[in-house]
Parts: sequence; structure tokens; C-alpha cells
Amino acid sequence: MARIVGGINVTHVPYIGRAIANNLQQDPYWKPFFDGFPPVHEWLAKVRPDVAVVIYNDHGLNFFLDKMPTFSVGAAPEYQNADEGWGIPTLPPYRGDQDLSWHMIESLVEEEFDIVTCQEMLVDHAFTLPLELLWPGRKSCPVRTVPVCINTVQFPLPTAARCFKFGQAIGRAIESWDSDARVVVIGTGGLSHQLDGQRAGFINKEFDLMFMEKLVSDPLWVTRYSIPDLVELTGTQGVELLMWLTTRGALLGEVARVHSNYHIPISNTASGLMVMEGV
Amino acid sequence: MNSGKQKREIPGTTMFDGDQARKGYALNKMCFSFNSAENRAEFLRDQDAYCAKYGLNAQQREAVRNLNVLQLIAAGGNTYFLAKLGGIFGLDMQDIGAQQTGMTKDEFKAKLVEAGRR
Repeated sequence: MARIVGGINVTHVPYIGRAIANNLQQDPYWKPFFDGFPPVHEWLAKVRPDVAVVIYNDHGLNFFLDKMPTFSVGAAPEYQNADEGWGIPTLPPYRGDQDLSWHMIESLVEEEFDIVTCQEMLVDHAFTLPLELLWPGRKSCPVRTVPVCINTVQFPLPTAARCFKFGQAIGRAIESWDSDARVVVIGTGGLSHQLDGQRAGFINKEFDLMFMEKLVSDPLWVTRYSIPDLVELTGTQGVELLMWLTTRGALLGEVARVHSNYHIPISNTASGLMVMEGV
Repeated sequence: MNSGKQKREIPGTTMFDGDQARKGYALNKMCFSFNSAENRAEFLRDQDAYCAKYGLNAQQREAVRNLNVLQLIAAGGNTYFLAKLGGIFGLDMQDIGAQQTGMTKDEFKAKLVEAGRR
């Protein structure tokens, strides 16, 4: 059976794309962010994943408001990035893993998660930039991928408790896949930030740090909060922490923190990074 | 047009719910079209004609003309789609943040840095 080697949670701010394109990794503004990654590169070299299940939220590239699935799973041979409208470089396509996609789809629906399946799926910065950060400087991403998209565009959003259970179902799906593949689960987004309204620029360091700590030791802690609570505590886009929670759910059982980094600000965002593995 | 349901009030914050999604559909659909460079160019050639093509109402057209983010949100705009409109005019998230909070861009950036010190 396939094996989950661990999980990585990472921020996905679009301007990271511009920083990479312009080689600004050592620029004083960007250095505290990029300096978080070498230990993750070392960990990835050690655990050698073959496939990445990437849990992210689309920002109006693949999905419009005409059809807005709460949970969707990619089942394509490859995933194209495309113009998102504000000029960050478009990246080359990512290889899919249709066997794992369809196994996950079967398993998730069997577990009563009625996901939307996508045999064509454009992937935006929330999918591409984390992969660029984790495997930098390569012509193509070395792992096969399965995108899993969670709606954070249009409310109502799935509750934190539901996302945690969804993650657990993803974890069980991966572990029941008849394959010798090594799988890493990647959650992208967060942490606290708000782009819109008079409260734009809202950041909550205290909550973020507590969330990161509890994600390891007591992931159900955050499920006490409703989605409006989480908007109030972390900002309208801070709710992307749902991707982190889903990833934690997929790791099934106790985990240890391998590495983490937290830095304010990248663009308008409190950036977070965390690697966890099962114990 | 309102669901009538009691809503959670968070100051300075609009959750993009069903009421917003209904109100802003045409505006957001236009902004979604800006994923294409060809459409961005067409918009810039004649903004009012492009707004008319997507059926924007008077409030939405006025907000687009003013490029005023708070007005755009009040007219049903969703941040992620509005960002594509802002991008056409070279506005980044600090420009948009500064505009909404009535700060200069430098003040807004300083506020973000300050959030990291606390």
C-alpha cells in the first residue's frame, strides 16, 4: 500500500511568484521567508515522495461563481497553470497521477464526501507556488500531483470540523491505494490576512502561533470556531487555514513537528510554513 | 435582495455570501474575464462598453469608473475577482489595502510590519 511520508503546510501569496522570477530570495524583505525552506528541502530529500496531494483553494482561475464546488479533486493527466490576470509568470504544466486521483475519488465518495471530479483543471498560484518553493530551480516538478481544491471564495465554506474529517478521509484513501508510492500531503494558504474592506491588513500573530502549536498536539482545538469566528480571528483570507487543518487530518493520528517558520509580513499576509510527520 | 437571515457583523469586513454573490454576479463575471489578456485589452479600449457587455448596473459601473475598492465590494465584488481588475491598473495588494484603509501605501506597509513586532 502507498505510504504517507508526512505533510507540509505553506503560504501561497502570489507575489512569491514575482520574487522567485526576480531571484529576490536574499533580498532583505524576502530573506526571512525564503530562509525557512532549506530544512524542508533536506527533509524532502530524505523522505523522497513520488506523489504530492496538494490541498489548496482556487482564486478565480479554474472555478467561477457559476459553479462553485465545496470540495473538488483533480483527475487529469496533467495540470496547466494559466494567466490569472495580474501578470505573475505562468509556470509549466504539472504531471498528474490519475491512478491515485481515481482511487481517492472512489474512496472519498464511498466515505460520503460527494466531491466534484475534474478531468480538466487549471491550477493557480495556490497550487504552483508552493511546489516551486518546495522544489526550486527545476524545469519541471519532480513529483506527480493530485490537486484537491476547497472553496474559500463564496460562503458558506465547509466548517473546520468538516475539513478535518475530509482530510482524514483523504489520508485513509492514500493509505488504501494499492501502490508502493510515497505520498506527501501539502496544504497551502494562510495564515492570518485580510485583503478586503476597512479591516484590510488585519493580522493576528497570537492566534496563528497558537494554531500552529495546536495543529500538532490537538488539531480539534480549532474546530471549536465557526467560519465567521475564524474570519473574525484570522481575516477573510485567513480562513485558508482550513487547508492546513485538512492536511493535518490526512496525516491520521499523532504527528511531530519536523520544522516550522513564521514571518510577518509577505505582501499582506502572515506567512507560515510547517512540516509534520507521523510518529 | 437579502436572505433575511441574521448575519454576523464583523467591523470592516464583508463575507462574500449568497447575497453578495447574487448582487455582484455581473461584476465578478466581468472581472473573471480579465484572466485573458485579450479581454483586458478590450476593457482598456472602452471601459464603459465592456461594462455594458457584461450587464453591470449603474452602481457597479460607477465603482469601476472610480476604481474604488470599497464601492466595488458594496456593489457585490469579490476580492479575488476584483484583484484582477486592480491588476489591470497595476494595483498590488498594498495599494488596494492602503486605498481601503485611507492610508498611504507606506503607512499601510508599516502597519503590516508592526503586526509582526507585537
